[in-house]
Amino acid sequence: MNDQLVLNLACVIFLLPLACFALMAVFHERIPRHGDWLATTALGVTLACAIAIFVHAAMTGRNLLVNVTFDWLPLGMTNMLKGGILVDRLTAVMLVVVTLVSFLVHLFSVGYMAGDVRYGRYYCGLLLFTTSMLGLVLANNLIYLYIFWELVGLSSYLLIGHWFEKKSASDAAIKAFITTRLGDVGMFIGLMICYWKVGSLQYADLFAAVQNGVLSGQGFAGYDWQTLAGLGIFFGAMGKSAQFPLHVWLPDAMEGPTPVSALIHAATMVAAGVYLTGRLLPFFSPPTLIFIAYIGGITAIFAATIALVQDDIKKVLAYSTVSQLGYMIMALGVGGYVSGLFHLTTHAMFKACLFLGSGAVIHAMHHEQSMSQYGGLRHKMPWTATFYIMATLALCGVPPFAGFWSKDLILGDTLAFTMQHGHWFLVVAGFGTAFLTAFYMTRQVFLTFFGAPRNEHKFEHAHEVAWQMLLPLVILGTLSLVGGLGGWFEKYNPKLDGITQIKAIAEAGYQSPLVATAVAAAHQVAAAAHEGAEGAGEHNPVVAQAHHTAMVLSIVLAFAGIGLGVLMYRERKNGKALLNPDALARAFRPVYVLLWNKYFFDEIYNAVFVETTHIAARVCAVFDRLVIDSVVNFAGLMGKVGAFVVDMLDRLVVDGLMVNGSARAAGFMGNELSYAQTGRVRQYLLLMVLGILALSGVVLVLIK
Amino acid sequence: MNELVNSWGLNPAIPVGLNAYLLVAAILFVLGLIACMARRNAIGILIGVELIINAAIINFMAFWRFGGSQTDGSGALVGPLFGVFLILLAACEAAVALAILLSLYFNFGTIEVDSIHQMER
Repeated sequence: MNDQLVLNLACVIFLLPLACFALMAVFHERIPRHGDWLATTALGVTLACAIAIFVHAAMTGRNLLVNVTFDWLPLGMTNMLKGGILVDRLTAVMLVVVTLVSFLVHLFSVGYMAGDVRYGRYYCGLLLFTTSMLGLVLANNLIYLYIFWELVGLSSYLLIGHWFEKKSASDAAIKAFITTRLGDVGMFIGLMICYWKVGSLQYADLFAAVQNGVLSGQGFAGYDWQTLAGLGIFFGAMGKSAQFPLHVWLPDAMEGPTPVSALIHAATMVAAGVYLTGRLLPFFSPPTLIFIAYIGGITAIFAATIALVQDDIKKVLAYSTVSQLGYMIMALGVGGYVSGLFHLTTHAMFKACLFLGSGAVIHAMHHEQSMSQYGGLRHKMPWTATFYIMATLALCGVPPFAGFWSKDLILGDTLAFTMQHGHWFLVVAGFGTAFLTAFYMTRQVFLTFFGAPRNEHKFEHAHEVAWQMLLPLVILGTLSLVGGLGGWFEKYNPKLDGITQIKAIAEAGYQSPLVATAVAAAHQVAAAAHEGAEGAGEHNPVVAQAHHTAMVLSIVLAFAGIGLGVLMYRERKNGKALLNPDALARAFRPVYVLLWNKYFFDEIYNAVFVETTHIAARVCAVFDRLVIDSVVNFAGLMGKVGAFVVDMLDRLVVDGLMVNGSARAAGFMGNELSYAQTGRVRQYLLLMVLGILALSGVVLVLIK
Repeated sequence: MNELVNSWGLNPAIPVGLNAYLLVAAILFVLGLIACMARRNAIGILIGVELIINAAIINFMAFWRFGGSQTDGSGALVGPLFGVFLILLAACEAAVALAILLSLYFNFGTIEVDSIHQMER
């Protein structure tokens, strides 16, 4: 297998779902079963291609496999926007993640969406999303990435609003679209700065520009252009990955069908922001990285606390997703390239499994999503329960499940960073989130699968799901168990060109402020950690120390969280838990209310932005009525007066005098002269002769 | 005055000139005109029209005879040709007019032109 073949496979991976989408978009009404078998088969083939690339990359030992650039869009006489395809190891991993989850979700949907009113349209949406996501991953420049970025936003909008008859679903779709668009404005500004300063949007050109100091000129507010561009681009990632101020859309997006939540709002699309941040990590300047780390840390702990008290099974998972995305972003911010993207990969596996498992539960319980109606379901759905619990353990970070390895890396990187450069908040957020995550997931599992059924009627009708829905759970559950074994990602993705570049920049004395040196040093730490992956971190004893501490601490915290969850939610023989959660909620009532209402973020946004807009609209309306309308009315009145004058002129002079006057004159003359018409021929002749004589007389007189 | 009377062709010593022909033509014309105006019978009017045409023919012939026939031959036979045309025209006219008169007679039972005034206002 050579690189040409890799390129061809990459094209197939992108074009096959696209062609399938085009076909289905036109013909899905006529294809048997609305084409679900077609879409699923196409995704299966795509998955095989992605695995082929993945294995090939592992065997060649090279990082970069394909980087093809071609002219795409001429701008003016000299500038050319270039397109291109990039396949390196990160791309290979992302391709497998996207196609695997997408394929399994397609399969799951066969069961979950059976008999839906817009079954074919649903599959079209899934295919469009998969195509865009694959395009996003394969792009080697920001403009392609931006195009597909918007396309995944579009397909997310279409799929959240799949049941648009429901007001809440269409509202959620609009909210998701607009909130992510808010971040995308920042991203577009970042892109414009890049193109303005660098003249190209290729990743490689941007990294070279950073190295050559092209972007180091002063911009606004004392920041250089690199920082501003990086912040702008990161705003896009914040919107897409639901980071702290822009997180509000993701929980609402759970109005969409559950498989969509699994595919888009847990495993792949929301990870696009993390992917972008990771891909451009060498591009971000030190202040940007600190900003990224803080945003990630705030998001992680903040969303985890909300997830503690939610009742809707999908809402818990949604806030858990926000929290875990914050984790990844935080890891990237402290320079943990490998840990952040590793967590992205493992998170995609177990979170997709959790969402599909919750979908199976919801399906079995006749679309009941409230956990207060569940209980004891493991007796009815043993397989679902088994794999759900496996994915939960992975999310809690229990060794040897997948989540343990990646989360441990993140915590280790964060701790190492903090031990050397301060910023203790990040560590507190990281370990706190680990504890909270273990707690709320335990709570969820116990409320759903253990104890006595709280809704007997629905419990009686619950049943294990069909094989199409069970198979994805089995595969993803198994991957949650083995997906992180031995920290394979670190060995698979050890060499990051950008990190070495940053090291070079730091050594060249790039920028002097305190933060700059601190973060550059952090990058050195991270780079050392990557190099040390094979050699057990001898290069930097602090890093090795940090990773050891983090590992022990994270295991302890995971079990502490699980233990607390068991104490509070495992019902003993008398039907009561050891600690009563209700009593706890009463004891800490203000906190509980705050968390239950998600820190009142929707209300605050409603008050600040929506109401402000309403007030502004009302002011504009009054201005419109008073000023604009009076001007318009005056102009209208002038027109009326002018029209009246012209009308009178027309009626009196033109019509009266000229048109009708001449007609009346002709009529009068004709009427009078008609008396000469006697019908007597001889009289005519006589008159004629007399006339001739008279004329002759006149002529004679005149000639004389 | 004397010359004028002479030119009328009354004096046998002087050859007949143009004026004599024009005089005859004028007399014929006026007679025709009077016939047209004075006669009630449509046939009479038709005859008056014929007289007027004949007056015109005489004029054509006279002007040709006394000035139209150039020596270079440019006016050769112009007068007789017009005469022949007019005779032809008169014949056609008579045919059409008689047909109209027949039609009048069938429709009104008379050819008195004064009693046929349907075209009156």
